[in-house]
Amino acid sequence: MSKNLRFKSSKQVDETYRISFKFNNKTYYGYKGDTLASALLANDVHLVGRSFKYHRPRGIMTAGSEEPNAIIQLHDNTSRTEPNVRATEVEIYEGLVASSQNCWPSVNFDIGGINNILSPVLPAGFYYKTFMWPKSFWEKYEYFIRKSAGLGKSPKEADPDIYEHKYIHCDVLIIGAGISGIMAAKLAAKNGLKTLLVDEKSFLGGSTIYDNSEFSKINNQITSSWLEKEINEISKLENLEIKTRTSIAAFHGYNFLLARENLTDHLPINQRENKIRQRLLKIRAKKVISATGAIERPLIFDNNDRPGILLSSAIKKYIDLYGVACGENNILFTNNDTAYETAMSLVQRGIKVNAIIDNREEINSKLSYEIAKNNIKIFKGFTVVDTYGYKRINGLAIMELSKDGQKVIGKKIKLSCDSLGVSGGWTPAVHLFTQSGGKLKFREDDQVFIPHKYPSDQLSIGSCNGDLSLEEITTNTVLSVKKFLNINNTDYKTFEITTGINKSKRNIWLLPSDKILGKTKSFVDYQNDATAKDIKLALREGFRSIEHVKRYTTTGMGTDQGKLGNMHALGIISETAGTKMGEHGTTTFRPPYTPLTFGTIVGRNVGKFFDIIRRTPIHDWHVANNAKFENVGQWKRAWYYPKANENMHQAVQRESKAARDCAGILDASTLGKIDIQGTDASEFLNRVYTNAWSKLAIGKCRYGLMLNEDGMVYDDGVTTRIGENRYIMTTTTGGAANVLGKLEDYLQTEWPELDVYLSSVTDHYATISVCGPHSKKIVSKVIPDLDFSDEKFPHMSFKNTKIGQIKCRVMRISFTGEQSYEINVQSNFGKSVWEKCMEAGKDFNITPYGTETMHLLRAEKGFIIVGQDTDATMTPIDLQMDWIVSKKKYDFIGKRSLYRSDTIKDDRKQLVGLLTENPKEVLEEGAQIVADIKKSPIEMLGHVTSSYYSPNLNKSIALGVVKGGKKMLGQKLIIPMENKNINVTVADPVFLDKEGERLNAEL
Amino acid sequence: MFLINCPFCGEREQSEFKAGGEAHIERPKQPTELSDDEWAEFLFMRKNIKGVQFERWNHAHGCRKWFNIARDTSNDQIKAVYKMGQKPPVK
Amino acid sequence: MKNKYSIFSLIKNAFSYHENWEKAWKDPEPKKEYEAIIVGGGGHGLATAYYLAKKHNMKNIAVVEKGWIGGGNTGRNTTIIRSNYLWDESAGLYDHALKIWEDLSQELNYNVMFSQRGVVNLAHNLQDVRDLKRRTHANRLNGIDAVYLNTAEVKKFCPIINTSQDIRYPVLGGTLQRRAGTARHDAVAWGYARGADEMGVDIIQNCEVKGIKRNGDTVEGIETTKGFIKAKKIGVVAAGHSSVIANMAGLKLPLESKPLQALVSEPVKPIIDTVVMSNAVHAYVSQSDKGELVIGAGTDDYISYSQKGSYDIVEGTLNAILELYPIFSRMRMLRQWGGIVDICPDASPIISKTSIKGLYFNCGWGTGGFKATPGSGDLFAHTIANDEPHKLNAAFNLNRFVSGDLVDEHGAAAVAH
Repeated sequence: MSKNLRFKSSKQVDETYRISFKFNNKTYYGYKGDTLASALLANDVHLVGRSFKYHRPRGIMTAGSEEPNAIIQLHDNTSRTEPNVRATEVEIYEGLVASSQNCWPSVNFDIGGINNILSPVLPAGFYYKTFMWPKSFWEKYEYFIRKSAGLGKSPKEADPDIYEHKYIHCDVLIIGAGISGIMAAKLAAKNGLKTLLVDEKSFLGGSTIYDNSEFSKINNQITSSWLEKEINEISKLENLEIKTRTSIAAFHGYNFLLARENLTDHLPINQRENKIRQRLLKIRAKKVISATGAIERPLIFDNNDRPGILLSSAIKKYIDLYGVACGENNILFTNNDTAYETAMSLVQRGIKVNAIIDNREEINSKLSYEIAKNNIKIFKGFTVVDTYGYKRINGLAIMELSKDGQKVIGKKIKLSCDSLGVSGGWTPAVHLFTQSGGKLKFREDDQVFIPHKYPSDQLSIGSCNGDLSLEEITTNTVLSVKKFLNINNTDYKTFEITTGINKSKRNIWLLPSDKILGKTKSFVDYQNDATAKDIKLALREGFRSIEHVKRYTTTGMGTDQGKLGNMHALGIISETAGTKMGEHGTTTFRPPYTPLTFGTIVGRNVGKFFDIIRRTPIHDWHVANNAKFENVGQWKRAWYYPKANENMHQAVQRESKAARDCAGILDASTLGKIDIQGTDASEFLNRVYTNAWSKLAIGKCRYGLMLNEDGMVYDDGVTTRIGENRYIMTTTTGGAANVLGKLEDYLQTEWPELDVYLSSVTDHYATISVCGPHSKKIVSKVIPDLDFSDEKFPHMSFKNTKIGQIKCRVMRISFTGEQSYEINVQSNFGKSVWEKCMEAGKDFNITPYGTETMHLLRAEKGFIIVGQDTDATMTPIDLQMDWIVSKKKYDFIGKRSLYRSDTIKDDRKQLVGLLTENPKEVLEEGAQIVADIKKSPIEMLGHVTSSYYSPNLNKSIALGVVKGGKKMLGQKLIIPMENKNINVTVADPVFLDKEGERLNAEL
Repeated sequence: MFLINCPFCGEREQSEFKAGGEAHIERPKQPTELSDDEWAEFLFMRKNIKGVQFERWNHAHGCRKWFNIARDTSNDQIKAVYKMGQKPPVK
Repeated sequence: MKNKYSIFSLIKNAFSYHENWEKAWKDPEPKKEYEAIIVGGGGHGLATAYYLAKKHNMKNIAVVEKGWIGGGNTGRNTTIIRSNYLWDESAGLYDHALKIWEDLSQELNYNVMFSQRGVVNLAHNLQDVRDLKRRTHANRLNGIDAVYLNTAEVKKFCPIINTSQDIRYPVLGGTLQRRAGTARHDAVAWGYARGADEMGVDIIQNCEVKGIKRNGDTVEGIETTKGFIKAKKIGVVAAGHSSVIANMAGLKLPLESKPLQALVSEPVKPIIDTVVMSNAVHAYVSQSDKGELVIGAGTDDYISYSQKGSYDIVEGTLNAILELYPIFSRMRMLRQWGGIVDICPDASPIISKTSIKGLYFNCGWGTGGFKATPGSGDLFAHTIANDEPHKLNAAFNLNRFVSGDLVDEHGAAAVAH
């Protein structure tokens, strides 16, 4: 049983540092530097998961981020659990716990495997054709479909880790630290460019760093040694920042890229506390060089998915880099020379290579002769037609290919093996290039898509640009990077390359079989179980574009996003349809390149940093005095101030009564304030408000209503003329920013001739509103120097004054209908002035009130709240506010819209007061209003916009909008609730003090 | 995300700006003279061009200035930036 | 007659290794003339053709599509279906669609996987509460199932929502429409295409409209990349590209085409069994039958036909997702994409005749067109066949932008669908 699969590795693995980890509840050992995949393979564990649809046993297929099969759940049932993690990317650490997904009860015995037996009736898209009868059963079918779908399990607890964002600006970003990326970095940084080099792996050098065979040399040095020296050299360069474990996720327009930097995932859990787990890098690069390499293609043949079947390059990487053999009895199946490098890596270590199956008839490489010398049988012009072994490959069958490669001929030969390496050649990794908007072209010679048109200042080099040989990579990298970066100075002269392989390749997208296709399972997308016959079925049923085929068969829709199989899908489509590659589209590679953790995207913008909190200068006082808060936009506003055992209703009733009977005090600091200056300020207000402003005297205040250009009410507030050419406008709390934006827009774009300047001063001032019959006494105590007499300081006027040394503005304006003063002071004095007012009002039962009471008090007066009593369909006429719409002004924003054929109708919804038949009954805000309950369909005339129990009137009052309501005064209407109908009478919306006497009333 | 070359501040990230829709739609000087149709044309009807569009942008989180951009809406490439009141510099 | 799809046909075809399935739709070359041409082979366009053939006895119809059918917003949206709109006109329109959805798989003999798993809309501030209550009352009186949920009821219905009152914008309540849910978007296009094809509709892919030929104020046909095609009636359902087609006919529409983005996570076992939408904390999420979390982001504020939006929008959406579902922090985004949505000033669609005789437009669905697909197709077919709107789409005419009789659905539609 115990095979010897560990060999001496390059320096990647530290054999002196043993690490224990658990996989499916069993303890295994690996070494520092291993990935979970390499450690499992060293323990002869190939079976790691089950496929999505058929639950077929699956093993490790690759050694990188393109892995479709070996995806596992990390740390199940803990707060750090993570589904769908690729074992090929996990660096092992002490205490790692991993388990297989999508299998029950275990990966070895999985009930879901029955799907494999049922597979004849589960072709691509079968679910579109069934589960339709009986209709009511879909819910039940779907329950089971959902249960069996999905792969890993979502975490169930909040994430204990933290994430952050970082902005990086650089001259050159180089993606990928393989040989070409390293060379480009040296060229850029040595020429004084600020350069960033990133690579998704934990080490530099890509696959070249373990290219340590005698047959591969640069300038007479073993290739890996040559590259190591280069790496040593660049690591000392000052202009160069190198980030490993950093994967570019997205390449957006204007060279804006996102990268994920992994900081702690390779550490034991107990070393991760208080460290940042992942960092999202937001990179703006003047120039981008992609050196993302190439991904080896699998080959498509019957049963090409068994555990033990790997990419040939993966076998090479495991043995060369990690010192791990994937089997003791290996076979390689290839259509090109690179598999011979894998064979040589194995042979050199004395690991058995049973045979090489090569679909080419002629093979001329130096390496192939060397391999042949080792008594390894090379089957030329052969293909694999089947493989054996359920949970691990134990053999395969091969047959000879016909000359045209379309059929198999001759006899079936069976060979044994415990590992099969496949190589279908290489696909340039153009994902990021296409994400950025780059256009590809198809290279017929070796059937690859390569970059063609760059959409931004960027370059692709090395194998991602289709330069697949060492010679092309080195020479072309230097040439193209020099040109791209416009540099002359380079250490690189010529390259003398020694290699054992050639570029020859015989590409057959779907290898022929002795069976009819319908009897085979030749996987194109391993994770989603999409096979060649599924693709052909889709074509047969009329799906022709790659996007249709993808969606119908789910090819390329797995967590690997088709990094292995998409090319084959395209190839099979074009072969079957008899069209050229690329004609059916190339399928869009969408961001991210590899899946990106939500937490990383969000960074610190969670919890208390989700959105900023705006607090008034008096906030702390409210907190200290037991205020409950309401969110209004980003503001925290005091909502009500419950005493002892009061509930909200009781508190609001008390506050409302006190404000009218004695005195109330409100923090109104959140209202938007705009300082308007300039010689045309009055004219400007004329144009933006519905009423006239030219004649407003200095020191006077006026209420204004602002419309949208479509005639609908947009915002309102009181504006004060504080000088000949200066006004202070107030806006609603929520509307402040938008109003300023809108005013700036008109000023700069429509009326640039006006001499007007706008400045937001919302945050500069604290606004304290004192109202009620005792208000004058209170403010007089706070500001003893000011004459508050009605003659000197009447309603709707304003004074500049001082409280001690503190400058302040006092407006006598009222949103409650009571006599009311608004003191505006510089923010940092807000709290002390508030406290002064409280002190001064102590004898007058001054009562702080919140927004709820404010809403109640204004509703008693029939004052609207924009956004509550209006939506975007109310004109001032609808609000019965005709008085504020100037008939004399030639124009103002929105005026023309008021005279459109539908806006002049008199049966529009109009603001009215509503009184309930039972004065104790408080209507629900939002309840609908009807006239005739029996009519079907029932006609809704409008709805309740504001509703309160008024302690000052001792009855329930409400505002609402009702179709044709203006003419309905006194009419009975019905509010139909779920369990009852409430009778109401249409009333004047001003419930209290219609004459406005309280504005001057004093006790 | 684009980089926009604000004529007043220089190159900044798109997130600092707000888009203001099609440019060069002048608010009628005499709205009351317009028919409902003509007013609707000003208010709502837009070219909504696929291709190079002249549009308004505001450096909302910067200098607060409005200006114009010529941008190809089919690929979001900005062709030119110019101030309010100026004629488009590209065709 | 096409082969009927059923478990029995699947079993039968298994014996012949599924080699005998016929084409779901043919791929014909265009004829010289049709009775009616539908421009745009998305769900709405295919449904329009289907109902023209089925209910209005038109036999000679073509659908022309510049790319592949269902490749626009039909195949890019987050598949939410609901009808809890505020105004009577919208409620009528969307509930008409919802009723068709309920029988659509059987009607088309194509499983569109319409799944009534409910849609919850969350309230996060007091005005949200008022607005949602207003909508619930209106829905109830319009015969649309809608209930208001308090915070505890929201939690009970969808336990993974963070309903703590200590978060920045706590959940104060929500509405639930139980008949609402999701469907499989591709299947809707494919099912209608198969059904239309069976009734003789020509579905012509890779055929881009290059011009609209008119004689005075009457339409005569379309210039396409496959030549001129004559027709007396042309219905345009081109979503994001509506204005482009309108410009060819010399019309301007009250539309702006903007990027809308969406994303999915990697697939996981069932974790959320309903659809939850939040306008104030700007996120909506459901889980597909495949196990992916399907998350919709908002629109950008600029016009674009690039099918790409700005990254900020995606980040903002996921901020909101983690605010409401902190357990998703370690989930991963698998795929993110954009579509082009055509938005009307009042956030309601246009299904209308135009000033040109024989030319009809169905557009302006903004971010929420998918849910209306069957109803939109049915009503548009009615409008084209009779040259006048059905009473359910009468309010959604072009003239409302002149008269001012808008159907403002920003509250019910603004963010999310």
